[in-house]
Amino acid sequence: MSNHKPADPSQYYAEFVKGIWKENPVFVQVLGMCPMLAVTNSAMNGLAMGCATTFVLVCSSLLVSSLRTFIPKQVRITTYIIIIATFVTMADYILKAAVPDIHKELGAFIQLIVVNCLILGRQEAFASRNTPVRAVCDAAGMAIGFTFALLCLGATREILGSGSIFGFSLFGPNYEPWVIMILPPGGFLMLGMILLFFNWLQQRKLRRRRIAGRGVTT
Amino acid sequence: MTEVELTISSQRAEPSPFRLIATLGVAGMISGLALSSVYQITDPIIRANNQRELEEAVLEVVPGAAGMQEVVLTNAEATKTIYAAYDGDDLFLGYAIEGSTNEGFAGQIRLIYGYDPSIKRVVGMKVLESLETPGLGDKIKKEKNPAFAAQFENLAIEPTIVVVKDGKDQDNEIDAITGATISSNAVVDAINTENKSWLQYLPATPPAREERDLTNEEDREAASGEGDDAATDGGGE
Repeated sequence: MSNHKPADPSQYYAEFVKGIWKENPVFVQVLGMCPMLAVTNSAMNGLAMGCATTFVLVCSSLLVSSLRTFIPKQVRITTYIIIIATFVTMADYILKAAVPDIHKELGAFIQLIVVNCLILGRQEAFASRNTPVRAVCDAAGMAIGFTFALLCLGATREILGSGSIFGFSLFGPNYEPWVIMILPPGGFLMLGMILLFFNWLQQRKLRRRRIAGRGVTT
Repeated sequence: MTEVELTISSQRAEPSPFRLIATLGVAGMISGLALSSVYQITDPIIRANNQRELEEAVLEVVPGAAGMQEVVLTNAEATKTIYAAYDGDDLFLGYAIEGSTNEGFAGQIRLIYGYDPSIKRVVGMKVLESLETPGLGDKIKKEKNPAFAAQFENLAIEPTIVVVKDGKDQDNEIDAITGATISSNAVVDAINTENKSWLQYLPATPPAREERDLTNEEDREAASGEGDDAATDGGGE
């Protein structure tokens, strides 16, 4: 297993960076679509959801990878769920106490972080098989990638749907907001367009690499 | 190396049921302990937030109000807590009454409104919680559309409040928001329902201001300055 090689800082860096772009949980893996569509009607909500998810994902990964030798594999999923649910409930209380207005906007979706497949997925696929440091690097990268995606969607929907960003008006009072963008259908439309854009980027990169590769061999 | 051996041996040997139960039991216990400590810390803050939010809403729907106190009403079936609002000199201004309805376009609407018994009129209204459509139904909120909420600032309630569509010309009429008749109706219904069930149980004379809430600094200063005449004049309306 790769985790018993001597520690190499660049390796940790690679684990961290891959989640932000190359294996972005939303744009590439298409995970965690429920909060992605439900809470991104403004940039602030997207950011708050991203922060809550980051807290849960990083803490759970750290704990799961530290305890990975103690947890019998027959009850591992149950134990992961207990760990995740504990951190989610903590995040819920803390948000309620610190930023009640945002908590009200996000509503039940904070509790629903428990069932975000991105989090359980990282525990099962990565944290339970790697050292705590690597697991935290991976979790932080994935969480930042997820937050970045939420922020992208939230910002574009808020700009089009309310004519503002983080509550600051952009286009002045004469802008007629494109209300559909902050309603649920707008979430699907915008997510579709963003996925289209990222797929196009990826394919373009592949094509360029192929052309470049051909250039070298001939 | 030892870590590898440990992993392999713990995965290969079938763990006893006791081991499984113990793992889950310990996990649950630690989780419970962690959660109750976080709860202990955050609960007072959450309560204070809710209280402050309520107080702000009460002071907003009764114009000129500076303080409030709870009044409990009782009828045949239930009890309801409403809030009496007072100005800076502890003179009674009116009540703030919470109402809610499930008849909104998208589920529940919770609101609070001010009522002045001396003139029998609604004097203010604030939506506390709603899921109405942005751009249409959410115009019932003051911050989205001040014109609708402003109609509740001097509104006769007898015989009932009525929603009209082509301009109000009576004191007890509310002009519906264009394209959001259902939301407009829901707000008015919530107020009518509360009026019907509770206004007859209001105390005959408004309650006098009791001892001040000494939790925040401003009040404490005011109380020490005024001495004992704080609770004497309340029914002067």
